[in-house]
Amino acid sequence: MSTAKSSTPGVHQHAHHYDSAEHEYQSSKQGLWLFMCTEILMFGGLFVAYIIFHNMFPETFKVGSLFTDVKYGATNTVVLLFSSLTMALGIHYCQMRQQQKAVIALAVTILCGFAFMGIKWLEYSHKFHMGLLPGDWYAGNAEMIAAEIGNVTIPSNIALYFSFYFMMTGLHGVHVLVGMGLITWVMIRTMRGEFGPHFYTPVEGVGLFWHLVDLVWIYLFPLLYLVS
Amino acid sequence: MAQTNTNHDAHGGDSHHIIPLPTYFKIFGALIALTVITVAVTKVDFGAFNAVVAFGIASVKAALVLGYFMHLKYDNLMNRVIIASGVFFLIVLWFFSVLDIGTRAIVTSPL
Repeated sequence: MSTAKSSTPGVHQHAHHYDSAEHEYQSSKQGLWLFMCTEILMFGGLFVAYIIFHNMFPETFKVGSLFTDVKYGATNTVVLLFSSLTMALGIHYCQMRQQQKAVIALAVTILCGFAFMGIKWLEYSHKFHMGLLPGDWYAGNAEMIAAEIGNVTIPSNIALYFSFYFMMTGLHGVHVLVGMGLITWVMIRTMRGEFGPHFYTPVEGVGLFWHLVDLVWIYLFPLLYLVS
Repeated sequence: MAQTNTNHDAHGGDSHHIIPLPTYFKIFGALIALTVITVAVTKVDFGAFNAVVAFGIASVKAALVLGYFMHLKYDNLMNRVIIASGVFFLIVLWFFSVLDIGTRAIVTSPL
């Protein structure tokens, strides 16, 4: 396996079925890009469904988006973009054999993950409180709704918006949590000095995953928060 | 540094293209600027093109993340083809779904 242990710390031995360490690196990365492809198609299905339903019921999505707060959405966008930068820096410092800086960059990335999920938690709990739940669970409190968005006629199928909102941000949020776990894993391995210019494949792979999470959010933000 | 697309270098990691730090900071700055633009343009009404504008800006941001943060600009052709095929089949899914649903008519049986 690719995690074959070597006797000297920090010196990675490539697995026997690869010609070289470079061959192993390129093969691992190709596998990860194939995985990225499946991720794009998974989220893509939801995006296509969103586009179609948005065209069928534009009013539902317009009113639904009144319940999202652009300030929260924009802040989370900046948080994720910054975490993508620090993730890229983490890989860069591994490539430059600057272990300490790499660990700091990865730690900041994890903290950004916590910040993102914290803001998400504020948003979710507010919606739960108002009864703005997906599908059959929808139990919108008329008084609270009027207090939040004023005198707007609520479309009868408003729950459709929240089905999309919770499904898309929920699946994305699960990816953020998984990403945070994976970054913690590579950060610990970086602390142990397992990575350097000759071997940093796991950091690069986890980085690809984290950037994909950012990529999905880049589309989710205008779609859910800025619907006109 | 220069021979980035030849990946059969048996000597390992030394040949990997390392993106200099200032490039990362510039890309980050561009991404933040584009986010500000995304929010700002919602105050302008482009009519039917509102969605196109939002989607266009998001795609520029996505391209920057893929190209620089995910190193695809310096990666080999195979990985670029893999990701392009994912995007291509997503467009196929979108196109035929819209074609199907957009052309449905309610038919009442005369029987």
